[in-house]
Amino acid sequence: MTATRPSEVPTERPPAAPSALRRLLPGAPGSGTVGGSTLLRHLIVAVLAGTAVVLLTNQLPPYQNLQVARVGAFLCVTAGYTVLVGLNGQLSLGHGALMATGAYTVALVQQALADRAVQGRWILPLSLLLAAGVTAAVGLAIGLAAARLRGPYLAGVTLAVATLVPAITTIFTDVFNGEQGLRFPAETPPASLGAYFQPERWLAWVALLAALVTMVLMANLVRSRFGRSLRAVRDDEVAARLAGIPVARTQVLAFVVSAACAGLGGGVYAVLTGTVAPGKFALELSLFLLMAIVIGGLGSLAGAVWGAVLLVALQDLPSLLTETFTLPSGLARRLEGNLALAVFGLTLVVVMLAAPGGLQGAARDLLARLGARRRHPSR
Amino acid sequence: MDRFLFLTLDGVSTGAVYAAFALALVLIWRAARLVNFAQGAMAVATAYVGYAVVSATGSYWLGLGAAVLAGLALGALVERVLMRFVGHANPLGDVIVALGLVLLIQAVLGMVFGNEYRPTAVPFDTDALTVGGIAAMSPYDLWVLGAVVVVVALLALLFTRTSLGLRMRASAFAPEVSRLLGVQVSRMLTVGWALAAAVGALAGMLVVPTGLGLHPHAMDLVFVIAFTAAVVGGLDSPAGAVVGGLLVGLILSYVTGYLGPDTTPLAVLVLLLAVLLVRPGGLFSGPRARHV
Repeated sequence: MTATRPSEVPTERPPAAPSALRRLLPGAPGSGTVGGSTLLRHLIVAVLAGTAVVLLTNQLPPYQNLQVARVGAFLCVTAGYTVLVGLNGQLSLGHGALMATGAYTVALVQQALADRAVQGRWILPLSLLLAAGVTAAVGLAIGLAAARLRGPYLAGVTLAVATLVPAITTIFTDVFNGEQGLRFPAETPPASLGAYFQPERWLAWVALLAALVTMVLMANLVRSRFGRSLRAVRDDEVAARLAGIPVARTQVLAFVVSAACAGLGGGVYAVLTGTVAPGKFALELSLFLLMAIVIGGLGSLAGAVWGAVLLVALQDLPSLLTETFTLPSGLARRLEGNLALAVFGLTLVVVMLAAPGGLQGAARDLLARLGARRRHPSR
Repeated sequence: MDRFLFLTLDGVSTGAVYAAFALALVLIWRAARLVNFAQGAMAVATAYVGYAVVSATGSYWLGLGAAVLAGLALGALVERVLMRFVGHANPLGDVIVALGLVLLIQAVLGMVFGNEYRPTAVPFDTDALTVGGIAAMSPYDLWVLGAVVVVVALLALLFTRTSLGLRMRASAFAPEVSRLLGVQVSRMLTVGWALAAAVGALAGMLVVPTGLGLHPHAMDLVFVIAFTAAVVGGLDSPAGAVVGGLLVGLILSYVTGYLGPDTTPLAVLVLLLAVLLVRPGGLFSGPRARHV
């Protein structure tokens, strides 16, 4: 599905030795052997992107910075999710529940430490790591079952998992506090940044760091031996097994990795507001995440970025509309929430029918077509 | 013992609705080899139509008829406009399109009717009759049971005794051969979708008054339960769907009655996993050859 087209290189010219600069710069997809160290290349891109976003957050007002932070939180989730669905072909609808696992872990850890009057800057990274770890363990449990299930069966089981969140929080109400959810101390910027540092900017940086770490890890994973196994298992299980790939183990591991990303993203998402409640992790969240990776292009990490940005941007669409046009209050109330749902649903259907490769696939096709035209101007 | 009897009878009547809903899933699975994840949302949409007609005309029966007709139309529409054009490059395409449809339908319902629970009118008393001092089924439960039995019987007649049913089975079983023999396979697919959505619409009309009322998300959990029922029976077998529906209805009735209603989703997940891991082909599957 994502086979890279061999580029039309004239064969008579001998390939030039890659220059030192060429070895460092990010290579085109498929040119992995020319580009030197994959990790180094991904790190350079990550640092450049990180610097750009940090510069951007210095200019933005608080609310926009919070939106940047939300994009970062969702990017952690969509990056791992697109690897699972797009590259390994396992359709999970339970990633909203996995996000909830991470969010509740962060809330419980931070609450417990706050109750014992423990303070320190290490609490945030510790709770986020625990969130990823606990969610990876939950992902292992689901993944073990998932490795035996295919297509619609897996989707059905994970759909059942997604409906479970409110039930679990109500059954164990003394731990999770039912519908009310949990509160924990809000994250504050470190004192070294100055007393008047914008808290939202700090949150954006935290989310950005989490997202960049996830993206670099996923980008390397996708290009590793394991990444190739993921695709081999997706395309043909029997052939993969004949080639010596442990199919079940690959599928379980893909689920665990994806769950850890979702847990981290959910944890960051909880940190942004300082609260968790089951209402935030309803079934729709899982469907929103699915829309995000489908619209970006299944299996594409760049598409995961598109998806996370759109997820945050589209959720603010109704409030933008009601601010721009003065709507009757009844209509405005009905549009709120529902309009974003409708747009998401419509996008999901239209993208899947019209451009199954998503935005990233469409952009790649367009670039390839333009490139072909430039190389062969007579056509 | 009285409580056990009550829960059993209650389980049979809710199980009948799950059976009808599972049957709708099985109909589409047999016709098109896909699980219609939008079945719940489609059923809610037709239930809204049905109860709008009920409140406009005052007649439950007109509303029921309108819902079933709306189901026929919606099923055919979804097949003709959406599902027919899903590409086969990605095997998950149909599930994803169906999930997009879920979001779209629920959003439109929320915009048009609002996100509040709406009470629904029922034609029969919902208080349980007492037989010999024991609370048994309510008249409404009896109506639900009767309606599902009639629908199952009608479907069985359709598939085994009519030419249309034969053509539908043939085009699902061997599309190429059927096409050569003059069966319009694509039209049979549309009929299958319409029929399944109509059965789903009936199940929706029956199940909505037993819950909190009419709401865009009223069928979310019902869909998961019906999917479980269909899997218990094996997605391929209509008889299995009926048995699976009754079985799941009974189990959930006991779980809800003895452990509390909050445990229902957990019980559904455990049941679903247990069946899929122990007997992935459903309770009635025989040994199956593996194709390489």
